[in-house]
Amino acid sequence: MLRLEKRPSPSKAWNFATPIVAVLLTMIAGGILFAILGKNPFEAIKLIFWDPLFSEQFAAYSRPQLLVKAGPLILIAVGLSIGFRAGIWNIGAEGQYIIGALCAAAVALGFYPGEGWYIFPLMIVAGAAGGWAWAMIPAILKTRFNTNEILVSLLLVYVAEKLLAAAATGFMRNPQGAGFPGSRNIHQYAPASNQELIVGTGLHWGVVAAFVAVIFAYILLQRHILGFHVQLAGQAPRAARFAGVAPTRLVLMCMGLSGAFAGMAGMFEVSGPARLISIDFNAGYGFTAIIVAFLGRLHPVGIVLAGLLLALTYIGGELAQFMLNLPAAAIQVFQGMLLFFLLALDVLSNYRILLALPGRNPEAA
Amino acid sequence: MSTPLLSIKGLTKVYPGVVANSDVTFDIGEGEVHALLGENGAGKSTLVKAIYGLIRPNEGTMEWRGQPYAPSAPAQARATGVAMVFQHFSLFDAMDVAENVALGMDNPPPIRELAAQIRKVSNDYGLPLDPDRLVGDLSAGERQRVEIIRCLLQNPQLLIMDEPTSVLTPQEVEILFKTLRQLRAEGRSILYISHKLEEIRALCENATVLRLGKVVGRADPRQESARSLAEMMVGQTLHTPSRETPDFGKPLLEVSDLSVASPSAFGTALKGINLTVRAGEILGIGGVAGNGQDELLGALSGEIRAPSGMVRMAGEPVGQYGPTARRAMGLLCAPEERLGHAAAPDMSLTENALLTGAWRERLVNKGFVNWGKAKGFAETIIKRFDVRTPGPHVAARALSGGNLQKFVIGREILQRPSVLVVNQPTWGVDASAAAAIRQALLDLAQGGAAVVVISQDLDEILEISDNFAALNGGRLSAPRPVQGLTMDQIGLMLGGAEGDTDVAA
Repeated sequence: MLRLEKRPSPSKAWNFATPIVAVLLTMIAGGILFAILGKNPFEAIKLIFWDPLFSEQFAAYSRPQLLVKAGPLILIAVGLSIGFRAGIWNIGAEGQYIIGALCAAAVALGFYPGEGWYIFPLMIVAGAAGGWAWAMIPAILKTRFNTNEILVSLLLVYVAEKLLAAAATGFMRNPQGAGFPGSRNIHQYAPASNQELIVGTGLHWGVVAAFVAVIFAYILLQRHILGFHVQLAGQAPRAARFAGVAPTRLVLMCMGLSGAFAGMAGMFEVSGPARLISIDFNAGYGFTAIIVAFLGRLHPVGIVLAGLLLALTYIGGELAQFMLNLPAAAIQVFQGMLLFFLLALDVLSNYRILLALPGRNPEAA
Repeated sequence: MSTPLLSIKGLTKVYPGVVANSDVTFDIGEGEVHALLGENGAGKSTLVKAIYGLIRPNEGTMEWRGQPYAPSAPAQARATGVAMVFQHFSLFDAMDVAENVALGMDNPPPIRELAAQIRKVSNDYGLPLDPDRLVGDLSAGERQRVEIIRCLLQNPQLLIMDEPTSVLTPQEVEILFKTLRQLRAEGRSILYISHKLEEIRALCENATVLRLGKVVGRADPRQESARSLAEMMVGQTLHTPSRETPDFGKPLLEVSDLSVASPSAFGTALKGINLTVRAGEILGIGGVAGNGQDELLGALSGEIRAPSGMVRMAGEPVGQYGPTARRAMGLLCAPEERLGHAAAPDMSLTENALLTGAWRERLVNKGFVNWGKAKGFAETIIKRFDVRTPGPHVAARALSGGNLQKFVIGREILQRPSVLVVNQPTWGVDASAAAAIRQALLDLAQGGAAVVVISQDLDEILEISDNFAALNGGRLSAPRPVQGLTMDQIGLMLGGAEGDTDVAA
């Protein structure tokens, strides 16, 4: 029988090793899954993890996509990770991302076709404010009425999706779009356009913002008393109150921050890679960012690496769909398995597994 | 005289290095409520464990209705007719009442039948309890009822109760006593272990007093005063404080008419607490756990806010302030629960030093943490308070209880508090470390700080405090000088009766 024994101190080695082991286990389990689907597992894994970066055939298109996809993932995940460390579970980043995009698009469309350097910065502010406001709904409900922020933030995603559909087919629809759903192309409206900064790299303002957020989070968590209080509240809530941390303020801060970051990610997406508000504007970044945050150990640097890896599975997954006819759901299962293995393996940083052989009962000694 | 139900003759139990029971002899008659009195460590628990078959005595015999009785396991004791309600409940939160009862029985009937039996017994004995409820939702008193009913279902002749009222509200105590009297009327015997003298005087007709494992007295509690019982229990000499009564300075901590609700559902609300602690004074607050100690500490630390005037620091109202502001003014606290309250278990000692030392030790500058300085502060605590640990990088949970306690107390004392409030400062700490902590508290007071020591260890309070007050059901008795205080008065204060006589006097 297996027995778990609590370690006196958390294991640093396992803390680093779990994400890597989780990725390997996901590859193995994913390979089995692909084999069951009748595909060559080695080819599929190679197509997902290797070809987007190194195959001559695809790399030219895929490589820039890496930053395009990783940017919003990292930006959202960094915001989420701060709340997760405090034990505040914002699961609705997807909704905050949508609302941020809608607010930013509203600014852009409101100024259209005017000129002005201030339009783009104003859109960033609007995106952040929109995401912040959407996150404040679960935050205030939690602090005032003690509702569960997990449920409220998650359910608000579906509200946001309805708003998005209404915007794309109604109040934001392109008046010159011949009745098709979708807004004007914001990417082509110069003062509001989020351009690729260095051609061929995929680097756009959202990626820059993501790296600024990473540095911000790093300093906050490692050097600032607020970051210490965030971690304290997550690990020992009673000790945090004793230290003088006000739980209400912490909830508002963490939810607000993660909402603002998600909203900003939505802004950079709608003005850049997505180009316009459409019914299917949201691509699940808000949910995948949860995996990114945990895979990165809620650590800013880890999140960068995890964001790049998950971006790779997005791109590789598309490739695998295209080349091998894998169903889109298979890739989502793949990403889900990653989180599953990661959380399961997390036990190892706090516990040791002991093999207790039958007949040698340690209790009896 | 008729044959007693249980007679214990010359019972001795020796553990390596300590004689827990030495030549203990007494009888429990049929239909008698017999009290077993004694301080912590007097040997009461060892004795009842022998009766219940949990341990085998080294010497001595027991007789059950004149027949030799030497249970080798609790099952045998239960078969004879002995049942026991433990001080600490052994119940599973996630199961319902009937399932829990079944787990403790040797041959449980089907659950539905058992539930019916539980309903019947709970009706017969006036112990309201629904067999379908989850134990996790029950109060401490209701949990105890589960244990009692589990015992009663075995139809015992002798019911052993170990400190049954320590977790009960006064109302629950009343219900329990009614049940116990009913059991006696049915001819059953009860062995009642407690150090609450008033309860014993109200309930028992015979008492055996243990001290250091020996029987030192027998009495009819109804004929004795609480004072004489207490003197039997602790011996004649009351420890006199080692330092002279110093001249106290101006009041540093004043609490007036403090009433706050408890943040936890099963906590005790504070009701009209008044106290004043002057510079150089140590106020000891005694009482059984769960009578508002946690709440009092919370209300003083700032974790529980109160209307501003109810708590004053050197004359200034601070009730509305949180912990950070109070710390800045010099009001520091050390809670009872070391892991999770006073310290974060998974964080290093450096981080735990920062936990309360951030502002007073200037470990933070414009919001940014100076980790080098925090580590230095942790190292100072470790050195000055002899904390045994490889270094400040170690997680708090890796330290032994005593060492972590030294760290927690040291962390607060080294921040030069003008008022220090500690709850159970030496709980679980070995004797030499406990002495060091007490000396540090005395030195702090000598240096002009006001100190409040909340503790369940009466000896500790009497050793170091200048004044003594008792916390009972969220009310605090009027503080009295420790010098000249008799055990009788202490017993009365702990029982909550003191306030009334004071008003009357």
